[in-house]
Amino acid sequence: MNPLKRTRARPGPACTVTFDGRPLRALPGRTVAAALWAAGVTAWRGTRGTGKPRGVFCGIGVCFDCLVTVNDRPNQRACLVPVRPGDVIRTQRGTGRDDD
Amino acid sequence: MTERPRLAVVGAGPAGLAAALAAASRGVRVILVDAADQAGGQFYRQPAAALGARRPPAPHHRRRTWERLRAGLGRHRAAGRLVHLTDHHVWCVARESGSGGFTVHALRGPGQEEGVTVRADAVVLATGGYERVLPFPGWTLPGVVTAGGAQAMLKGGLVLPGRVAVVAGTGPLLLPVATGLAAAGARVAALVESAGPAAALRRAPALTVRPGTLAEGAGYAARLLRHRVRTLTRHTVVAAHGTGRLEAVTVAALDRAGRPRPGTARRLACDTLAVGHGLLPHTDLAEALGCALSGTAVRVDGEQRTDVPGVWAAGEATGVGGAALALAEGHIAGHSAAARLYGAVPDPRRRAGADRARSRARAFAAALEAVYAPPAGWADGLPDDTVVCRCEEVTAGRVREAAGTLGAGDARTVKLLTRAGMGWCQGRMCGPAVAGLTGCPLTAGRRPFARPVPLGVLAGLPDAE
Repeated sequence: MNPLKRTRARPGPACTVTFDGRPLRALPGRTVAAALWAAGVTAWRGTRGTGKPRGVFCGIGVCFDCLVTVNDRPNQRACLVPVRPGDVIRTQRGTGRDDD
Repeated sequence: MTERPRLAVVGAGPAGLAAALAAASRGVRVILVDAADQAGGQFYRQPAAALGARRPPAPHHRRRTWERLRAGLGRHRAAGRLVHLTDHHVWCVARESGSGGFTVHALRGPGQEEGVTVRADAVVLATGGYERVLPFPGWTLPGVVTAGGAQAMLKGGLVLPGRVAVVAGTGPLLLPVATGLAAAGARVAALVESAGPAAALRRAPALTVRPGTLAEGAGYAARLLRHRVRTLTRHTVVAAHGTGRLEAVTVAALDRAGRPRPGTARRLACDTLAVGHGLLPHTDLAEALGCALSGTAVRVDGEQRTDVPGVWAAGEATGVGGAALALAEGHIAGHSAAARLYGAVPDPRRRAGADRARSRARAFAAALEAVYAPPAGWADGLPDDTVVCRCEEVTAGRVREAAGTLGAGDARTVKLLTRAGMGWCQGRMCGPAVAGLTGCPLTAGRRPFARPVPLGVLAGLPDAE
């Protein structure tokens, strides 16, 4: 059914990260975007102009729509950055620098 | 030359791997530079090692070719003929003044903050392509992803964006994406393809030059039937709906002019839309080196040489044509670069097989491009309030105004008047839409750097002489 079962994956132990303060389990090897998708989260940015929600679009680092704040660093492309144990992931609003 | 010549190959997809192996086996020291943590590019993208997958996530195409490439890579690395730099994001390749060599500038690691330079006597650019997506109302909603993006997340992260997907747009990529999503457990509510069977029939003779690829397509079609995926040809997505995230799409049949036919619209509930309208070549590195383009692709000769001495290009960067073409072009580029680096003229007889494969694949790609051209009238009915430039949130109405009322005659002027293309992605996403809406030709981006570079890395570069 799910891709992990289909590929008979034996992932390493899951780690815990937080997304907007909420703890999530994340599998090693996944990007931040894949970890958020797996947890049912599809939006993690508000646009600079109208504050509209955005998440992954191109999935390969070209479109910059999936920008997110990870461990207080804004503008990280969630589709490229690997998730690490203890990551503090936050929805990025605007340029992500307003709340520095 | 006392030392073995050094060839930098940028990109470890089918073209880059073929080039690297061909050159390494001819005595050249190869530095293969790639952004991913494993070789394969988008086509042969592998699940992350830490996920411990024991089977591929989707029906695997051309598995034996991949295994041969991977084995070759391992052999040359073990023998010290090839260095594979993973997680290296190349932002510029520069010609050195005087030496005739090149410096490849990359950012290392996931943070992409540490500058690395690699020096080489020649370069093969195998930078691949990226997806073209034409806009429609709602295409910025979370849950709408590119077809290739959905596939990348599935292949690399073994994750699905949702439960019910629609796959839409045009092009051969839609078939493996729909099949892959269905096999991974998503319900694929429909595959919506704007091309019709008539377009394929008109080009049937040209398409039969690669019967193996046609059979592959038939295999996907059979799997779609098995997964009960409904295919709507001559249809398009008119709008995506939802608040905060995707909830449904409206699809409609197309008339002969490629416009949605009134009265044919229907709504399909879904939480994922994977959409794409073909690919475009990545040409930033070639452009910064001063290589001439042909349309939107890097121009190459029969040896895959660009018009800049010492620079070769292969794969989607020279024109989108798929993995088989990329493999042939990469092989020819690596073979030619190795010969030229040793001051020899490459023997065309030694690459005759690759030459034939390249010719066939190019003819096939040209026929496919004609079959899967986006519907001609796609921009006509696009509402003025549709966001076109996703980064700067510029609407179709403002782009039309720039070309109409304000008289902009090229994409650069539209950009200056509206900011379309001025954001993070530097017009990669909205370029085709701006061209379609304004009638301006789709031109190369002329971006000095292929990706954002921290100021600290730029400041740390040594001064030029």
